Amino acid sequence: MQNNTDTQPQQHPISLYFKVWGLLFVLSSFSYLVDYMQYQGLLRWTLILVFMFLKAGLIVAVFMHMVWERIAFTLAILSPPLCILVLIALMASEASYTNLNRLIFFG
Amino acid sequence: MDNTTQPTTSGMTGLIEDWVSDKDAFKNVSWGKTMMWIFLLSDTFIFSCFLVGYMSVRMTTDVPWPNTSEVFALTIAGEHIPLILIAIMTFVLITSSGTMAMAVNCGYRRQRKQAAVLMLVTAFFGVCFVGMQAFEWTKLIEEGVRPWGNPMGAPQFGAAFFMITGFHGVHVSIGVIYLTVVALKVLRGDYEERGYEIIEITGLYWHFVDLVWVFIFAFFYLW
Repeated sequence: MQNNTDTQPQQHPISLYFKVWGLLFVLSSFSYLVDYMQYQGLLRWTLILVFMFLKAGLIVAVFMHMVWERIAFTLAILSPPLCILVLIALMASEASYTNLNRLIFFG
Repeated sequence: MDNTTQPTTSGMTGLIEDWVSDKDAFKNVSWGKTMMWIFLLSDTFIFSCFLVGYMSVRMTTDVPWPNTSEVFALTIAGEHIPLILIAIMTFVLITSSGTMAMAVNCGYRRQRKQAAVLMLVTAFFGVCFVGMQAFEWTKLIEEGVRPWGNPMGAPQFGAAFFMITGFHGVHVSIGVIYLTVVALKVLRGDYEERGYEIIEITGLYWHFVDLVWVFIFAFFYLW
Protein backbone atom coordinates (compact mmCIF):
# COMPACT_ATOMS: atom_id res chain seq x y z
CA MET A 1 0.00 0.00 0.00
CA GLN A 2 1.46 3.26 -1.12
CA ASN A 3 1.06 6.26 1.10
CA ASN A 4 0.03 9.37 -0.74
CA THR A 5 0.33 12.49 1.34
CA ASP A 6 0.22 15.00 -1.47
CA THR A 7 -3.09 16.38 -2.65
CA GLN A 8 -2.20 16.40 -6.32
CA PRO A 9 -3.45 13.18 -7.88
CA GLN A 10 -2.52 14.46 -11.35
CA GLN A 11 0.95 13.05 -10.78
CA HIS A 12 -0.17 9.54 -11.72
CA PRO A 13 1.54 8.82 -15.03
CA ILE A 14 -0.86 8.41 -17.93
CA SER A 15 1.11 5.40 -19.15
CA LEU A 16 -0.09 3.46 -16.08
CA TYR A 17 -3.70 3.93 -17.18
CA PHE A 18 -2.88 2.70 -20.66
CA LYS A 19 -1.18 -0.41 -19.26
CA VAL A 20 -4.17 -1.21 -17.02
CA TRP A 21 -6.54 -0.54 -19.90
CA GLY A 22 -4.64 -2.99 -22.11
CA LEU A 23 -4.54 -5.55 -19.32
CA LEU A 24 -8.33 -5.31 -18.87
CA PHE A 25 -8.79 -5.98 -22.58
CA VAL A 26 -6.52 -9.02 -22.42
CA LEU A 27 -8.27 -10.39 -19.31
CA SER A 28 -11.70 -9.88 -20.89
CA SER A 29 -10.55 -11.75 -23.99
CA PHE A 30 -9.35 -14.59 -21.77
CA SER A 31 -12.75 -14.70 -20.00
CA TYR A 32 -14.49 -14.85 -23.35
CA LEU A 33 -12.11 -17.57 -24.56
CA VAL A 34 -13.06 -19.71 -21.54
CA ASP A 35 -16.55 -19.86 -23.03
CA TYR A 36 -15.40 -20.04 -26.65
CA MET A 37 -13.12 -23.02 -25.96
CA GLN A 38 -16.01 -24.67 -24.07
CA TYR A 39 -13.98 -25.47 -20.96
CA GLN A 40 -16.24 -27.19 -18.44
CA GLY A 41 -16.33 -28.11 -14.77
CA LEU A 42 -13.80 -27.03 -12.18
CA LEU A 43 -11.34 -25.59 -14.73
CA ARG A 44 -14.07 -23.31 -16.13
CA TRP A 45 -15.15 -21.99 -12.72
CA THR A 46 -11.58 -21.44 -11.55
CA LEU A 47 -10.61 -19.52 -14.68
CA ILE A 48 -13.79 -17.41 -14.60
CA LEU A 49 -13.21 -16.44 -10.96
CA VAL A 50 -9.49 -15.72 -11.43
CA PHE A 51 -10.06 -13.42 -14.42
CA MET A 52 -13.04 -11.77 -12.68
CA PHE A 53 -11.11 -10.93 -9.52
CA LEU A 54 -8.08 -9.71 -11.48
CA LYS A 55 -10.28 -7.37 -13.53
CA ALA A 56 -12.23 -6.15 -10.50
CA GLY A 57 -8.99 -5.59 -8.59
CA LEU A 58 -7.42 -3.56 -11.39
CA ILE A 59 -10.51 -1.37 -11.78
CA VAL A 60 -10.83 -0.64 -8.05
CA ALA A 61 -7.09 -0.22 -7.45
CA VAL A 62 -6.05 1.94 -10.39
CA PHE A 63 -9.11 3.35 -12.16
CA MET A 64 -10.88 4.11 -8.87
CA HIS A 65 -7.57 5.25 -7.28
CA MET A 66 -7.86 2.96 -4.24
CA VAL A 67 -4.09 2.25 -4.11
CA TRP A 68 -3.46 5.93 -3.51
CA GLU A 69 -5.91 6.28 -0.60
CA ARG A 70 -4.93 5.89 3.03
CA ILE A 71 -5.55 2.51 4.72
CA ALA A 72 -8.23 3.98 7.05
CA PHE A 73 -10.37 4.81 4.00
CA THR A 74 -9.59 1.66 2.00
CA LEU A 75 -10.58 -0.62 4.88
CA ALA A 76 -13.76 1.34 5.63
CA ILE A 77 -14.94 0.90 2.03
CA LEU A 78 -13.58 -2.50 1.03
CA SER A 79 -14.13 -4.58 4.18
CA PRO A 80 -17.97 -4.29 4.60
CA PRO A 81 -18.69 -6.23 1.36
CA LEU A 82 -17.07 -9.27 3.03
CA CYS A 83 -20.43 -9.72 4.85
CA ILE A 84 -21.76 -10.90 1.50
CA LEU A 85 -19.73 -14.09 1.92
CA VAL A 86 -21.92 -14.93 4.94
CA LEU A 87 -25.06 -14.29 2.87
CA ILE A 88 -23.71 -16.52 0.08
CA ALA A 89 -23.00 -19.33 2.56
CA LEU A 90 -26.46 -19.06 4.15
CA MET A 91 -28.32 -18.93 0.85
CA ALA A 92 -26.27 -21.76 -0.66
CA SER A 93 -27.10 -24.09 2.21
CA GLU A 94 -30.78 -23.11 2.07
CA ALA A 95 -30.90 -23.52 -1.72
CA SER A 96 -29.33 -26.96 -1.72
CA TYR A 97 -31.87 -28.05 0.91
CA THR A 98 -34.74 -26.78 -1.29
CA ASN A 99 -33.22 -28.49 -4.30
CA LEU A 100 -32.96 -31.77 -2.37
CA ASN A 101 -36.65 -31.55 -1.40
CA ARG A 102 -37.67 -30.84 -4.99
CA LEU A 103 -35.73 -33.85 -6.19
CA ILE A 104 -37.33 -36.07 -3.55
CA PHE A 105 -40.93 -34.88 -3.99
CA PHE A 106 -41.15 -33.67 -7.61
CA GLY A 107 -38.10 -35.28 -9.24
CA MET B 1 -12.94 19.29 4.98
CA ASP B 2 -9.92 19.99 7.12
CA ASN B 3 -6.84 19.48 5.03
CA THR B 4 -4.58 21.80 6.98
CA THR B 5 -3.03 19.01 9.04
CA GLN B 6 -1.43 16.57 6.67
CA PRO B 7 -1.08 13.01 7.96
CA THR B 8 2.51 11.86 8.17
CA THR B 9 2.44 8.20 9.17
CA SER B 10 1.44 5.37 6.88
CA GLY B 11 0.68 1.68 7.31
CA MET B 12 -0.99 0.26 10.41
CA THR B 13 0.22 3.12 12.65
CA GLY B 14 -1.32 5.55 10.18
CA LEU B 15 -4.60 3.61 10.23
CA ILE B 16 -4.82 3.86 14.02
CA GLU B 17 -3.75 7.51 14.11
CA ASP B 18 -6.38 8.43 11.50
CA TRP B 19 -9.17 6.80 13.49
CA VAL B 20 -8.13 8.15 16.93
CA SER B 21 -7.39 11.70 15.78
CA ASP B 22 -10.73 12.97 17.20
CA LYS B 23 -11.46 14.55 13.82
CA ASP B 24 -12.37 13.32 10.39
CA ALA B 25 -11.00 9.80 10.05
CA PHE B 26 -10.59 9.98 6.27
CA LYS B 27 -7.63 12.25 5.64
CA ASN B 28 -7.08 13.73 2.18
CA VAL B 29 -10.52 12.57 1.04
CA SER B 30 -13.11 15.24 0.32
CA TRP B 31 -16.72 14.81 1.43
CA GLY B 32 -17.92 14.49 -2.14
CA LYS B 33 -15.62 11.57 -2.77
CA THR B 34 -16.39 9.92 0.58
CA MET B 35 -20.12 10.16 -0.04
CA MET B 36 -19.82 8.75 -3.55
CA TRP B 37 -17.85 5.79 -2.17
CA ILE B 38 -20.44 5.19 0.54
CA PHE B 39 -23.22 5.31 -2.05
CA LEU B 40 -21.28 2.83 -4.19
CA LEU B 41 -20.85 0.61 -1.15
CA SER B 42 -24.63 0.53 -0.66
CA ASP B 43 -25.08 -0.17 -4.37
CA THR B 44 -22.63 -3.06 -4.01
CA PHE B 45 -25.01 -4.63 -1.53
CA ILE B 46 -28.00 -4.17 -3.86
CA PHE B 47 -26.26 -5.88 -6.76
CA SER B 48 -24.93 -8.56 -4.42
CA CYS B 49 -28.48 -9.31 -3.30
CA PHE B 50 -29.56 -9.75 -6.93
CA LEU B 51 -26.62 -12.00 -7.73
CA VAL B 52 -27.06 -14.07 -4.56
CA GLY B 53 -30.78 -14.36 -5.36
CA TYR B 54 -29.85 -15.57 -8.83
CA MET B 55 -27.46 -18.10 -7.28
CA SER B 56 -30.25 -19.34 -5.00
CA VAL B 57 -32.86 -19.88 -7.70
CA ARG B 58 -30.31 -21.50 -9.98
CA MET B 59 -29.30 -23.90 -7.21
CA THR B 60 -32.87 -24.76 -6.18
CA THR B 61 -34.25 -25.59 -9.62
CA ASP B 62 -34.25 -29.19 -10.81
CA VAL B 63 -34.85 -28.09 -14.44
CA PRO B 64 -31.63 -27.58 -16.46
CA TRP B 65 -30.50 -23.93 -16.70
CA PRO B 66 -30.52 -22.51 -20.26
CA ASN B 67 -27.09 -22.60 -21.94
CA THR B 68 -26.19 -18.89 -21.97
CA SER B 69 -23.46 -19.52 -24.52
CA GLU B 70 -26.18 -20.53 -27.01
CA VAL B 71 -28.93 -18.16 -25.83
CA PHE B 72 -26.71 -15.13 -26.46
CA ALA B 73 -25.08 -16.43 -29.65
CA LEU B 74 -25.40 -14.42 -32.85
CA THR B 75 -24.98 -15.34 -36.50
CA ILE B 76 -22.74 -12.72 -38.10
CA ALA B 77 -21.95 -13.06 -41.82
CA GLY B 78 -23.05 -16.68 -41.82
CA GLU B 79 -20.79 -17.46 -38.86
CA HIS B 80 -22.41 -18.75 -35.65
CA ILE B 81 -20.48 -17.18 -32.75
CA PRO B 82 -21.40 -18.01 -29.13
CA LEU B 83 -21.90 -15.17 -26.62
CA ILE B 84 -20.49 -12.62 -29.09
CA LEU B 85 -22.91 -9.78 -28.30
CA ILE B 86 -22.03 -9.94 -24.60
CA ALA B 87 -18.32 -9.98 -25.44
CA ILE B 88 -18.72 -6.84 -27.57
CA MET B 89 -20.72 -5.15 -24.78
CA THR B 90 -17.93 -6.00 -22.33
CA PHE B 91 -15.29 -4.45 -24.59
CA VAL B 92 -17.40 -1.34 -25.16
CA LEU B 93 -17.76 -0.84 -21.40
CA ILE B 94 -14.03 -1.36 -20.76
CA THR B 95 -13.20 1.11 -23.51
CA SER B 96 -15.52 3.64 -21.88
CA SER B 97 -13.78 3.05 -18.54
CA GLY B 98 -10.47 3.82 -20.21
CA THR B 99 -11.69 7.10 -21.72
CA MET B 100 -13.15 8.01 -18.31
CA ALA B 101 -9.77 7.44 -16.61
CA MET B 102 -8.18 9.69 -19.26
CA ALA B 103 -10.82 12.36 -18.58
CA VAL B 104 -9.99 12.32 -14.85
CA ASN B 105 -6.32 12.68 -15.69
CA CYS B 106 -6.96 15.58 -18.08
CA GLY B 107 -9.13 17.26 -15.44
CA TYR B 108 -6.30 17.26 -12.91
CA ARG B 109 -3.99 18.66 -15.59
CA ARG B 110 -6.61 21.43 -15.94
CA GLN B 111 -7.17 20.68 -19.63
CA ARG B 112 -10.90 21.18 -19.34
CA LYS B 113 -11.80 20.91 -23.03
CA GLN B 114 -10.08 17.54 -23.46
CA ALA B 115 -11.61 16.33 -20.19
CA ALA B 116 -15.13 17.30 -21.29
CA VAL B 117 -14.70 15.72 -24.73
CA LEU B 118 -13.41 12.48 -23.19
CA MET B 119 -16.38 12.43 -20.81
CA LEU B 120 -18.78 12.84 -23.72
CA VAL B 121 -16.98 10.01 -25.55
CA THR B 122 -17.46 7.89 -22.42
CA ALA B 123 -21.16 8.75 -22.38
CA PHE B 124 -21.38 7.82 -26.06
CA PHE B 125 -19.94 4.36 -25.34
CA GLY B 126 -22.50 4.09 -22.54
CA VAL B 127 -25.29 4.82 -25.03
CA CYS B 128 -23.88 2.13 -27.36
CA PHE B 129 -23.92 -0.32 -24.46
CA VAL B 130 -27.54 0.43 -23.56
CA GLY B 131 -28.48 0.20 -27.24
CA MET B 132 -26.98 -3.28 -27.50
CA GLN B 133 -28.74 -4.25 -24.31
CA ALA B 134 -32.06 -3.09 -25.77
CA PHE B 135 -31.33 -5.24 -28.83
CA GLU B 136 -30.56 -8.21 -26.60
CA TRP B 137 -33.79 -7.75 -24.60
CA THR B 138 -35.84 -7.46 -27.81
CA LYS B 139 -34.26 -10.63 -29.21
CA LEU B 140 -34.96 -12.63 -26.03
CA ILE B 141 -38.51 -11.34 -25.67
CA GLU B 142 -39.20 -12.33 -29.29
CA GLU B 143 -37.83 -15.79 -28.53
CA GLY B 144 -40.41 -16.10 -25.75
CA VAL B 145 -38.32 -15.36 -22.66
CA ARG B 146 -40.56 -14.02 -19.88
CA PRO B 147 -39.90 -13.37 -16.18
CA TRP B 148 -42.06 -16.44 -15.39
CA GLY B 149 -40.82 -18.84 -18.05
CA ASN B 150 -38.97 -19.48 -21.28
CA PRO B 151 -38.67 -22.19 -23.94
CA MET B 152 -34.99 -22.96 -23.17
CA GLY B 153 -35.08 -24.34 -19.65
CA ALA B 154 -35.51 -23.30 -16.03
CA PRO B 155 -38.30 -20.67 -15.72
CA GLN B 156 -36.25 -18.63 -13.21
CA PHE B 157 -33.81 -17.70 -16.00
CA GLY B 158 -36.01 -14.88 -17.31
CA ALA B 159 -36.61 -13.35 -13.89
CA ALA B 160 -32.89 -13.32 -13.08
CA PHE B 161 -31.96 -12.02 -16.53
CA PHE B 162 -34.42 -9.12 -16.67
CA MET B 163 -33.84 -8.11 -13.06
CA ILE B 164 -30.03 -8.14 -13.11
CA THR B 165 -29.32 -6.76 -16.58
CA GLY B 166 -32.24 -4.34 -16.27
CA PHE B 167 -30.94 -2.86 -13.05
CA HIS B 168 -27.45 -2.61 -14.51
CA GLY B 169 -28.81 -0.99 -17.66
CA VAL B 170 -30.61 1.61 -15.55
CA HIS B 171 -27.30 2.37 -13.83
CA VAL B 172 -25.58 2.84 -17.18
CA SER B 173 -28.39 5.12 -18.41
CA ILE B 174 -28.23 7.26 -15.27
CA GLY B 175 -24.44 7.33 -15.66
CA VAL B 176 -24.81 8.65 -19.20
CA ILE B 177 -27.04 11.49 -17.99
CA TYR B 178 -24.74 12.24 -15.04
CA LEU B 179 -21.64 12.26 -17.28
CA THR B 180 -23.27 14.53 -19.85
CA VAL B 181 -24.40 17.05 -17.23
CA VAL B 182 -20.97 17.20 -15.56
CA ALA B 183 -19.16 17.30 -18.94
CA LEU B 184 -21.21 20.31 -20.06
CA LYS B 185 -20.54 22.08 -16.77
CA VAL B 186 -16.82 21.33 -17.12
CA LEU B 187 -16.86 22.68 -20.65
CA ARG B 188 -18.58 25.86 -19.46
CA GLY B 189 -15.81 26.38 -16.90
CA ASP B 190 -17.95 26.02 -13.78
CA TYR B 191 -15.15 24.26 -11.91
CA GLU B 192 -12.25 26.56 -12.78
CA GLU B 193 -12.05 27.83 -9.19
CA ARG B 194 -13.08 24.75 -7.23
CA GLY B 195 -10.88 22.34 -9.18
CA TYR B 196 -11.72 19.23 -11.09
CA GLU B 197 -12.20 16.60 -8.41
CA ILE B 198 -15.81 16.37 -9.62
CA ILE B 199 -14.56 14.46 -12.67
CA GLU B 200 -12.92 11.89 -10.42
CA ILE B 201 -16.16 11.53 -8.41
CA THR B 202 -18.21 11.08 -11.58
CA GLY B 203 -15.55 8.64 -12.75
CA LEU B 204 -15.95 6.59 -9.56
CA TYR B 205 -19.61 6.02 -10.43
CA TRP B 206 -18.80 5.09 -14.02
CA HIS B 207 -16.00 2.68 -13.07
CA PHE B 208 -18.38 1.09 -10.56
CA VAL B 209 -20.88 0.39 -13.34
CA ASP B 210 -18.07 -1.32 -15.25
CA LEU B 211 -17.06 -3.19 -12.09
CA VAL B 212 -20.60 -4.55 -11.61
CA TRP B 213 -20.60 -5.69 -15.24
CA VAL B 214 -17.40 -7.71 -14.56
CA PHE B 215 -19.32 -9.70 -11.94
CA ILE B 216 -22.51 -10.03 -14.04
CA PHE B 217 -20.44 -11.20 -17.01
CA ALA B 218 -18.70 -13.84 -14.91
CA PHE B 219 -21.64 -15.13 -12.90
CA PHE B 220 -24.61 -14.73 -15.20
CA TYR B 221 -23.19 -15.11 -18.71
CA LEU B 222 -20.14 -17.35 -18.27
CA TRP B 223 -21.04 -19.59 -15.33
